[in-house]
Amino acid sequence: MYNFEFKQPKTISEALNALKSDEAEALAGGQTLIPTMKQRLASPATLVSLSKISEMRGICKNDDGSISIGGGTTHADVAANSNIFPGLVTLAENIGDPAVRNRGTIGGSLANNDPAACYPAAALSAGATIVTDSREISADDFFQGMFETALEESEIILSVRFPVPSLSSYQKFVQPASRFAMVGVFLSKFENETRVAITGASEEGVFRWKEAERALNEDFSEGSITDFVLEPSGMIGDIHASKEYRAHLVKVMTKRAVKSAS
Amino acid sequence: MPKDSGIGAATRRREDARFLLGSGRYSDDIVLLNQTYAVFARSEVANGIIKTINTSEAEKMPGVIAVFTGDDFVDVGGNPAGWLINSRDGEPMKEPKRPVLAHGKVRHVGDAYAAVIAETEQQARDAAEKINADIMELPAIIDMTSALSGSNYVHDEIETNQCFDWGWIEDNREATDNAIKNAHHVTTLELTNNRLVPNAMEPRCSIADYNAANDDYTLYTTSQNPHLTRLLISAFVLGIPENKLTVVSPDVGGGFGSKIYHYGEEALVLAAAKRIKRPVRWTASRSESFMTDAHGRDHVTKIELALDKDNNFLAFRTETMANVGAYLSNFSTVTPTILHGTLMAGNYSVPNIYVNVKAVFTNTAPVDAYRGAGRPEATYSLERVIDKAALELNLDPIALRRQNFIKSDQFPYVTAAGLNYDVGDYDAIMDRLEHHADIKGFAERKKISEKQGKLRGFGVNSYIEACGIAPSNLIGTLGARVGLYDAATIRVNATGNISVMVGAHSHGQGHETAFPQIVADMLGVDPNNVEIVHGDTSKIPFGMGTYGSRSLAVCGSAIVRGIEKIIAKGKKIAAHMMESTEDNVDFEDGVFSVRGTNKTVSFGDVALKAYIPHNFPIEDIEPGLEETAFYDPQNFTYPAGAYACEVEVDPNTGKVSIERFAAADDFGNIINPMIVEGQVHGGLAQGIGQALLEGCVYNDDGQLISGSYMDYTMPRAADLPSFVVDHTVQTPSTDNPLGVKGCGEAGAIGSPPTVVNAVINALRSAGHDITHIDMPLTPARVWAAMNN
Ligand SMILES: Cc1cc2nc3c(=O)[nH]c(=O)nc-3n(C[C@H](O)[C@H](O)[C@H](O)COP(=O)(O)OP(=O)(O)OC[C@H]3O[C@@H](n4cnc5c(N)ncnc54)[C@H](O)[C@@H]3O)c2cc1C
Repeated sequence: MYNFEFKQPKTISEALNALKSDEAEALAGGQTLIPTMKQRLASPATLVSLSKISEMRGICKNDDGSISIGGGTTHADVAANSNIFPGLVTLAENIGDPAVRNRGTIGGSLANNDPAACYPAAALSAGATIVTDSREISADDFFQGMFETALEESEIILSVRFPVPSLSSYQKFVQPASRFAMVGVFLSKFENETRVAITGASEEGVFRWKEAERALNEDFSEGSITDFVLEPSGMIGDIHASKEYRAHLVKVMTKRAVKSAS
Repeated sequence: MPKDSGIGAATRRREDARFLLGSGRYSDDIVLLNQTYAVFARSEVANGIIKTINTSEAEKMPGVIAVFTGDDFVDVGGNPAGWLINSRDGEPMKEPKRPVLAHGKVRHVGDAYAAVIAETEQQARDAAEKINADIMELPAIIDMTSALSGSNYVHDEIETNQCFDWGWIEDNREATDNAIKNAHHVTTLELTNNRLVPNAMEPRCSIADYNAANDDYTLYTTSQNPHLTRLLISAFVLGIPENKLTVVSPDVGGGFGSKIYHYGEEALVLAAAKRIKRPVRWTASRSESFMTDAHGRDHVTKIELALDKDNNFLAFRTETMANVGAYLSNFSTVTPTILHGTLMAGNYSVPNIYVNVKAVFTNTAPVDAYRGAGRPEATYSLERVIDKAALELNLDPIALRRQNFIKSDQFPYVTAAGLNYDVGDYDAIMDRLEHHADIKGFAERKKISEKQGKLRGFGVNSYIEACGIAPSNLIGTLGARVGLYDAATIRVNATGNISVMVGAHSHGQGHETAFPQIVADMLGVDPNNVEIVHGDTSKIPFGMGTYGSRSLAVCGSAIVRGIEKIIAKGKKIAAHMMESTEDNVDFEDGVFSVRGTNKTVSFGDVALKAYIPHNFPIEDIEPGLEETAFYDPQNFTYPAGAYACEVEVDPNTGKVSIERFAAADDFGNIINPMIVEGQVHGGLAQGIGQALLEGCVYNDDGQLISGSYMDYTMPRAADLPSFVVDHTVQTPSTDNPLGVKGCGEAGAIGSPPTVVNAVINALRSAGHDITHIDMPLTPARVWAAMNN
């Protein structure tokens, strides 16, 4: 790690101010950023901690039935909140280990957009809206490839608004070493549409499997996707899984999601 | 019957309290006045020529005290291999110099070429980044087959990248070839024994303290064998006289072999401490551990098993390429040869054995002994090819093994691979295993699995190992450059409590509990009055350390010999005290008595008399009560066992889960059954890790892809089933006074083939024509095998 300035604002506006300084970076749970800094792969001059900003934490139900989760809300808090739809709770419960869950945040996870992270799948599948200090971004526009998002420099995620699906499931096939998603499938069934988002698998990061969505919109059953063959070419191939295997797992895990949601 | 605290008692490990409460004292916990920090500059390329190293910018960085490069060590010796292995043609092995810091060339990712010493670790790290090294990258030599045939060399002077081409036993070669040629059936299997990263919980740490007043040194270091480290540094590397160098290894958080060896960082901190006249410390980061701890296994083997028409084994023949990495680590040449080839009879009566091992240099971290060391590789090859033979011949794998077992009345049995197995009862072990495995119930359990959409398989193995790694006479003829005895000093203090200074080093094995049980048993004292002192060359007579399941068999036996001397001297003193002669004195349960009388004196009274020798036969006996014994056995010990495993395989994903696991072992006599059980559990976890999870991967450029826990899978509790462990079959070793054999490596040796056999069984039962999958059997590999 290199030396850095540390700031701990109490309000969003203080944080935004602090983030204006040169080479400043937001720090949430630090579960991604701190290890990167320890390895000297990142060297922000100033760290602006978001953890003392109470406006950014917590979970509430909105009048239209959607759920807002503060950007600084930890995975453990989401996991412990039974008002949230089941897929999201399962997802949060299965991120990392207790230490990671007690520190890591939804905002950090979405901003980071690790291709193997879990939350991006939930946000994309449920059609969430990412609320930042300056605008609202729909999940469909937010994720722009591995570690790439629509966020501008020093723009921060204040909250994430999730429409509540009537049925939902997250099926994670873990990468054996890291226990991130080797393939993670988030399925959200709304009254008039089903959305399926896949994480861990693609070289482009999280994506919607639209072919499966169409089939499930017509017939919400495992059988309706049995005959699909997912093209391996855009999949990630690494020491843990070939492209073909990942493509295969996407299908297996999607079927499991359908089964567990129905 | 076991006494409640002596030999055979399941005494709780006394050291655990401090480990569990975080009050252990590890090397990194040691803080010295005026200490400084070393940080290494390490190669980012696998193979390269060091053209220049410019350290001037680094030297000017804040807090920097000194910078070292390979140039500073050209005049000191290399870190040697402990065994000389000769090739089949009689040529000695190729032994390139392993320098303290790379010089001329870097040879693997992580190879250190410079070191910075600074006031703080942070400053040292900052300065290390400013070392300007111009390294010309060369093509990396990674794959062993291409290494042997290629035109790039790890060491320019070794133009084949081959360290040796070893044959065992060369005189058996022709007979073995003929047996295979004329056999009724030959089963052939090609397999890989996957490379592993040791991953001791505590990373390596070395701290050097130089005392200019006396020109002497203390090295605190994470070593499994401080005396060996001292010997290597003194006799080979830095030339510091042994009597000017103290090596201390306090609590050590696991080693599994990786901390047997002397590493360049130890020499660097010593040399630096002398130059700057201040203590110098270094603790590896986890990334450094991955890159530079000696790795394990990494064999590619072709094995053939020849059988006659009645399914009797006629011959085993193997051809192995063993990766030794970029430099020869201390045990790297004995591990794939003596500790592997001599075990190629397994538990079987087989007349012909021939083993060929080519050791290959590659641009990877050195490879050396890792829990089991050579024996897991031998066992894996044997037990996989036997299972394959059973498949091909449609035989029951247990029956085939039993038919070929060496029978209990055949011991001592000299195998065609040259070892003399003293005792054993492999059928009795298999009986225990079959009992626990509940083979009858398998069909029913398989049905239940199938109902849940899972495939279920059963696998079995049997293994033998050579432990108590010792006999100096024997190993001397096999090329060892050291002896492998051990030593203990028994110091009975004036007040009757006892300090035992032992050469074995405990880094998780529980010596502080088990060794006092022996002393308590023999002397009739409370084990809590016995203290074990280990890991400090200034306190201990000598020792060859802990590895090869040798501590109890060798050092435990030295303790026995030492206590026998204590009792003998005690009898003399007691005889004088009771006005008798020593031949008339008996000793039992802590009391000396004159035979046929009611005269007695206690052990404590004798101890006190020894130190307050008033009215003492000073002309016949020296005061004091302290004895040292060195013990060197005549043979290895031969623990053996049989394991069984049931797995479920998810046919949709290839994911394997272990549902049942039973281990039946014969460890001879047992000092502490709870420690034995713990050792077996740990070994099984590591073996299952190798079978299903762990795999060290370098890419073609020699980059370590599995260089962190993000990509290297360690076994976790949830990956393991509940183990059934049985050690009721006990054929005491005939070679040591305790009748013990050693249990530290068994689990890691026996479990990999058991698991693989079970997975293959599961897949075949579902109609897949699969005879082998290379470890680790990750979901991806199993799925790929099913869908080929
Ligand atoms: C051992 C381990 C296991 C893990 N396993 C999983 C897993 O299974 N699944 C999974 O999904 N993740 C996993 N993670 C990652 C974990 O969920 C992290 O918490 C998450 O990726 C980052 O969140 P954080 O709050 O820690 O962010 P930080 O590390 O603090 O920040 C990450 C990045 O996001 C930026 N950032 C943080 N908050 C905001 C915000 N509100 N607005 C804008 N930018 C922001 C930071 O500036 C930084 O660039 C694991 C992590 C570890 C260490």
